Amino acid sequence: MTRHLRVDEPIHDSPLDQMAQGVLGQPLNRLEGPLKVSGRATYAAESRPRGMAYGVLVQAAIPAGKVLGIEDAPGAIAVIQDKRMIRYAAQGLAEEGPKAGPEEVEYMGQAIALVVADSLEAARHAAQNLKIRYDVQDVPVDPTAVVPELPPKKQSSTGDLDKAMQQAPFSVDAVWHTPTHAAAAMEPHAAIAEWDGDSVTIRAGLQMLSSNRKQMADALGIRPKKLRLLAPYVGGGFGSKLGINAEAVAAAIAARELGRPVQVVMTRQQVFDLAHRRSETRQRIRLACDHEGRLTGIGHEALVSNLPGSDFSEPVTQATPFTYAAAHRQIVHAVARIHRSCAGSVRAPGEAVGVTVFECALDELAEAADIDPVALRLRNIPTVEPDTERPFSSHKLAEALHEGAERFNWSERRPPRQRVEGEWFIGMGMATAVRVNQLVEARAKVTLGPDGRAIVETDMTDIGTGTYTILGQIAAEALGLPQERVEVRLGDTDFPPATGSGGSFGAASSGTSVYLACEEVRQQIAKAMGCEAVDLTLQNGLARAGNVEKPLSDVIQSPLVGEGYVEPGKTEKSVRQATWGSHWAEVAVNRWTGEVRVRRMLGLFSCGRILNEKTARSQCLGGMVFGMGIALTEALEHDPRDGHAVTRDLGEYHIPCHADVPHLEVHFVPERDPYVGPLQAKGIGELSICGSGAAILNAIHNACGIRVRDLPATPDKIIAALDP
Amino acid sequence: MKPFSFHRAASVADLPAGATIIAGGTNLLDLMKLEVMTPDALVDITRLSLDRIEPAADGLRIGALVRNSDLAADAVIRRDYPVLTRALLAGASGQLRNMATTGGNLMQRTRCPYFYDRRMACNKREPGTGCAAIGGITRNHAILGTSDHCIATYPGDMAVALRALDAEVEIDGPAPRRVPLADFHRLPGDTPHVETVLKPGEIITAVVLPAPVGGQQRYRKVRDRASYAFALVSVAAVIRVQDGRIAHAALAFGGVAAKPWRDPDAERLLIGQQPSDALFQSAADTVLRLARSQGDNGFKIPLLRRTLIATLRDATGMEAAA
Repeated sequence: MTRHLRVDEPIHDSPLDQMAQGVLGQPLNRLEGPLKVSGRATYAAESRPRGMAYGVLVQAAIPAGKVLGIEDAPGAIAVIQDKRMIRYAAQGLAEEGPKAGPEEVEYMGQAIALVVADSLEAARHAAQNLKIRYDVQDVPVDPTAVVPELPPKKQSSTGDLDKAMQQAPFSVDAVWHTPTHAAAAMEPHAAIAEWDGDSVTIRAGLQMLSSNRKQMADALGIRPKKLRLLAPYVGGGFGSKLGINAEAVAAAIAARELGRPVQVVMTRQQVFDLAHRRSETRQRIRLACDHEGRLTGIGHEALVSNLPGSDFSEPVTQATPFTYAAAHRQIVHAVARIHRSCAGSVRAPGEAVGVTVFECALDELAEAADIDPVALRLRNIPTVEPDTERPFSSHKLAEALHEGAERFNWSERRPPRQRVEGEWFIGMGMATAVRVNQLVEARAKVTLGPDGRAIVETDMTDIGTGTYTILGQIAAEALGLPQERVEVRLGDTDFPPATGSGGSFGAASSGTSVYLACEEVRQQIAKAMGCEAVDLTLQNGLARAGNVEKPLSDVIQSPLVGEGYVEPGKTEKSVRQATWGSHWAEVAVNRWTGEVRVRRMLGLFSCGRILNEKTARSQCLGGMVFGMGIALTEALEHDPRDGHAVTRDLGEYHIPCHADVPHLEVHFVPERDPYVGPLQAKGIGELSICGSGAAILNAIHNACGIRVRDLPATPDKIIAALDP
Repeated sequence: MKPFSFHRAASVADLPAGATIIAGGTNLLDLMKLEVMTPDALVDITRLSLDRIEPAADGLRIGALVRNSDLAADAVIRRDYPVLTRALLAGASGQLRNMATTGGNLMQRTRCPYFYDRRMACNKREPGTGCAAIGGITRNHAILGTSDHCIATYPGDMAVALRALDAEVEIDGPAPRRVPLADFHRLPGDTPHVETVLKPGEIITAVVLPAPVGGQQRYRKVRDRASYAFALVSVAAVIRVQDGRIAHAALAFGGVAAKPWRDPDAERLLIGQQPSDALFQSAADTVLRLARSQGDNGFKIPLLRRTLIATLRDATGMEAAA
């Protein structure tokens, strides 16, 4: 039986709070942790089916044009060119395969063929030495050199911003640039495909199996039922594994053609070329405020890029309309069509760069108006969503600002260049954290056996975030079992479909489906106990109703099965759902070399119910480090002549390393959000990215008086503005 | 990876002609996977007994197979040549330093991304094909000693400190010899593929340090993140101040040229003078008098100036680094 919930109404009293096990929210270790640290968790490329051959993708060495011919490679079993091979990865949640036809080259590095051999070394050698003839086409690769598109639906204007800017006593009008970012997951994209008759099983690093299955079936021209995807462990995704990519499609085609399993693993350089990039952005921010610091005008104009015809464009201004109120507002969203690799979702698309830049602009306005940056934000928190006047589902920004200021000793902040230690200027900065929240469809199945052990099954993925653990905790709480008596099975399209991991919606959505499945099982236990479900207490494998207490084994004769299905409903539109928080950073800037060292960071986040205090905290730590990357180190550089990615390995694409990361402190502002279902939990992973970099950049200004508007703030940008 | 033969050498005399030497392999393996280097034959020298640090004349003889982490941790090195320890620990990562050897580190190749990308023209990888880096992304390229054929840097840290210490390279082969480190690496000119004076059939057996000179020793490396990044610029400094005047000054620079850079004119200018910002400025002017920007890397000129001044202030006691 399936327990179905469409979230049309708020649920103020969560039944989970009436339950007795006490495991939900506990800071439990990850269930799969020991497997991972001992190498027993098998990632996509780590199985070895009998007879497996090795494929290596061949990449185009031209910016655009046509492949005229590829000569056969000595030492290879086959060079596969198939019209079904895809030119770039599918966007997240796409229902169809991405554009196929690899003979047409749209960007340098595009996959155009697959070389298969008996060893990885032989395949790679052959792939690297193919002679390929091209018809080269001249195309634009520089986003500033083309006239951008202005999609009508993505522009908006309220009031008269120009006039508000003219009349305001204080204003900011400046332009920021953020570079291209790479997801840079540790596990490279990989797939192993194996056919059995006309059915295929593909092990791959993927974030969203149910939509990946549709994309893959469409790309291969088979029915989804004939395709099984397995992704039990995923070594990080960060958006880059939302949609299927070239390696999995090529592996399936080659395995079919050769009649043997084929593995395709991208090289590290290929990951940088073929995984979606986050578009570089040019952002003009205009802010106007009155004498008291009340915003009267907000303008946010973004220029991003993508390939011609690609429907994704970095949603830079996503949070701008509802974060702060102002009577006069303008949003501009422009898209430059250029031939660099495909742009898509990377680590909090939109807010990661949009909020970061906006919060830097607010810091500049605070300085112009001589108002404390915290006070400026507190003064401009809207009570309802501007324009739509919808209420917020929950809103703890003010609490996060007050508590953060207190914990960080914000009152000790001094004007720029007043704190000096040896060669270092010391400064403090802060920013608001905000990210839209979303609940999505999810299904799960829960089986409770007479032995008092439960099994949770869903095709949800755990991309390193702790999904196994939190889903186990929800089931353990709802069924009254110790955590170790719940087994969680994920990452298999044979299980009921969840939407997957992405957009920070995974935990709350699939968690709700697991909870609903448990409710169904509870109903069956209650029936067996002869009571109503509300009168049933489950704890440590015992069922209690009134004066009767029995071990579950006495109540259940055969396995009880429940399925849960949650889908978003009216609360998706009736309220503005978002998560909120505040970021705080203290940095040191070297007066000679311009090096920036982050000395401490604090983040406060409100994301509804915390399902596991430890994994939630880990998510926030990682997000804050991503913010450091945005502020200080990360840039995927493209050659100005042919658009190829230049800094395409982990030595040249600088993710912050351990030595960059100081003590990070994370606190959760307690809250529940009744509008997202009985779990009352919201997204976490991305919120902590959004604004973290701004706190650092604002701290750089507070340290040395320099505004870096061209990110990342590497030493060259700092010394350009330092005194000789 | 192109197929190759593999031989494990039992002695220095047992090196097959024409074979490419592999020790730690921290750079060569990457280059072979990418087929930037495609040796037909590899000879593994890690079984040779070249892994000792021993006294030699007034100084020290460091075997070519001494691992970077062992060298950095050696008590005598730390006491008498601290600039070397500091440079070593500023390089790569703990894991890489455990593998990388002294000789191999001298032989590491540039990190120019155009050299690593076989789609791109590169005179170093394929002589005569041109240099795609010029006009491309040049943020981490050289500002000194470049040519129209190549603008790559030597990427290492250890060798920069060795240059400031006046080290020599001991070479075995048909005619055993010692070469000052100053002459070991070559500037690109019109043969950027010839990076060192090491000839086919020769092998580095040791690096020899002269007697310690004492003084204040600094290695200052500026990079885009706090660890595991190549130097934007680096400065190795050995400075001794006596009676308020600079008595000894050895300065070597990394990240700016195809070899660890040193400028005797700048050092002469410092000797006998009282430390001052004006003096350091003119030393920097001297070092940078021939510096040339490629565009993206123009910042290295002021950055090297600033880093040199900061290092000299620190080494002469004008300012304690926090």
